[in-house]
Amino acid sequence: MASRAEERMQRQSARNGWLLSLPALGLLLIAALGPLLIIFVYSVLTPGQYGNVVWEFSWDGWVSILFTRDIFDGTLGLADAHLTIFWRSVSLSLMTTLATFALGFPTAWFIATRPPRQRGLWLFLITIPFWTNLLIRTFAINEVIRQEGVLNTFLLWTGVIERPLSIIYTDTAVLIGMAYVYLPLMVLPLFAAIDRFDMRLLEAGYDLYASRWQVLRRVILPIVKPGIVAGSILVFVPSLGAYVTPRVLGGGKNMMIGNFIELQFLAGRNWPLGAALSVTLLLIVTAALLIYVRAANRGSNPHG
Amino acid sequence: MTEAVTIEARNAVKAFGQGDHVVRALDDVSIQIRKGEFFTLLGPSGCGKTTLLRLIAGFEMPTSGTILLDGADITELPPNKRPVNTVFQSYALFPHLTVAENVGFGLTMQGRPRAEVTARVAEMLALVKLEAMAGRKVSQLSGGQQQRVALARALAPQPKVLLLDEPLSALDLKLRKEMQVELKRLQTETGITFIFVTHDQEEALTMSDRIGVMSAGKLQQVGSPKDIYTRPVNRFVASFIGETNFLPATVVPGGVRLATGDVVEVAAQARGDVTLTVRPEQVRIVGAGEAGAIAATVKFLVYFGTDTHCHLALADGTEVVARVQSPASGEAGIEAGSAVGLRFASGAAQVLED
Repeated sequence: MASRAEERMQRQSARNGWLLSLPALGLLLIAALGPLLIIFVYSVLTPGQYGNVVWEFSWDGWVSILFTRDIFDGTLGLADAHLTIFWRSVSLSLMTTLATFALGFPTAWFIATRPPRQRGLWLFLITIPFWTNLLIRTFAINEVIRQEGVLNTFLLWTGVIERPLSIIYTDTAVLIGMAYVYLPLMVLPLFAAIDRFDMRLLEAGYDLYASRWQVLRRVILPIVKPGIVAGSILVFVPSLGAYVTPRVLGGGKNMMIGNFIELQFLAGRNWPLGAALSVTLLLIVTAALLIYVRAANRGSNPHG
Repeated sequence: MTEAVTIEARNAVKAFGQGDHVVRALDDVSIQIRKGEFFTLLGPSGCGKTTLLRLIAGFEMPTSGTILLDGADITELPPNKRPVNTVFQSYALFPHLTVAENVGFGLTMQGRPRAEVTARVAEMLALVKLEAMAGRKVSQLSGGQQQRVALARALAPQPKVLLLDEPLSALDLKLRKEMQVELKRLQTETGITFIFVTHDQEEALTMSDRIGVMSAGKLQQVGSPKDIYTRPVNRFVASFIGETNFLPATVVPGGVRLATGDVVEVAAQARGDVTLTVRPEQVRIVGAGEAGAIAATVKFLVYFGTDTHCHLALADGTEVVARVQSPASGEAGIEAGSAVGLRFASGAAQVLED
């Protein structure tokens, strides 16, 4: 009957939809895939003497991610320094995610349980750090935790410690800095999830013999899991590629992948290695996301 | 039914707010609920019935007073330590769990073995006729089905007392009637003490073994549906349960004298000004001028099918409603404007003190 005309209309509106989104898709394609393609091509070329690349195919960029060539006999050995940087990046990012969750969950819960009129104010306060440039915020943290900084001065003055704490230029300093910088990115999605949580379920849980801990684990956490997943991704992904924070708070020696990539493009003059590292970082992020999202889905739908 | 008391509240007071704004949601309530009975707390919203239920469940602590379960003081016990389960008004089913997991939640939290949980869940789902839905998410169920899951979930751990907080209010009329029968069946089959909270007097009358009528934080009357309906202790109970007539009267030897001067024979302990109450179905319409009948005029009639409500006015203007059987087709009935006489069925009229 009318189904054929309807079908044609549907096809037409689908085609119009594609046509309308073409400019955006084109922009995304050029802006996202373009640089990626350039990076990938650079990773299989030969480094030029003063940076840049020579158009000569070589796997050296990729090989030197994990191996170093001995200067004397040319044999390949595992590049321990590189592995250390990878490991530091992944573990610091994981710890940052955990730290922001541990701090962010109670914060988000607190905000979500305020009267509706107060919530806006609290969320506003959470976003205040975004008003300041990341570099300035990071230097502010530096000012707090450095040897003669605010924290040490205060603790020495109160007599809690006798010698200043050496936090600055350690992995701990980087962790503190990243947790501070990325905390809002954890709080906001957690708040959105907890805000939707039906608080009456807490009473149902207690009524059915669950302890406080069991209510948290068996009722609250599974239901707000989409918020936890979103927050974790928002914190973990930029943490892995963090550049400013490890540079300012980790000093020169506690590098993360981001700093290592920068080193290859500037002082190291090894663009192919830098490019190969960039692609590797992308692959680690993708792998981490796939593992995480799959684990999250499995947990929430045991019968699916 | 045994006479053993399962739940007892002694002088329970629950006050909310501070300073000048203290509201006594429960004002010195003492009540005994017997083992295995279907007990209904009936009252308008804000009367304190839900507060009393929450004290029994353990979600609130009384400001003063005691809650006892089988004679033991449970006032300070948290909800997860009380063998009491609740069917919530909103059902409060866990959206991330399947029907079977919802029903098994309490048992799992109690640490019962997995095999026992599985068996008990199957038994409970059979009891509420939802075996086919075991693997579904609760969001895929209809309101009536969610209601049954909530019931099965609360009954699964075999609580000593089941609390039901207006569980039928979200259902449409037909489903509500079905669930009333269903609840009564479940209560009889399980033998568990049910404490049911409602503002619907008809629901209370049809389902309960006993009813506690509440108003303004106080328990007004406790008794069987018949007691409550036929022997209300005060004006509030009389007007809240069913329809009734109130006639101002004065106590005289042998009965009360109405404002019209007619004397109605009735037992009265009180003195002075009282109120006489009589249900519309206990008002008989007789011929005008019949000996001993109260003279009245028919103002208008409201037809209800089987019954017709006759709105009458006495000589002094007091309005009285009489419920009479509707006349068969062709049969002449009472007509508006006609003068008639009224009698009250013997023993039906009652004196209220305020």
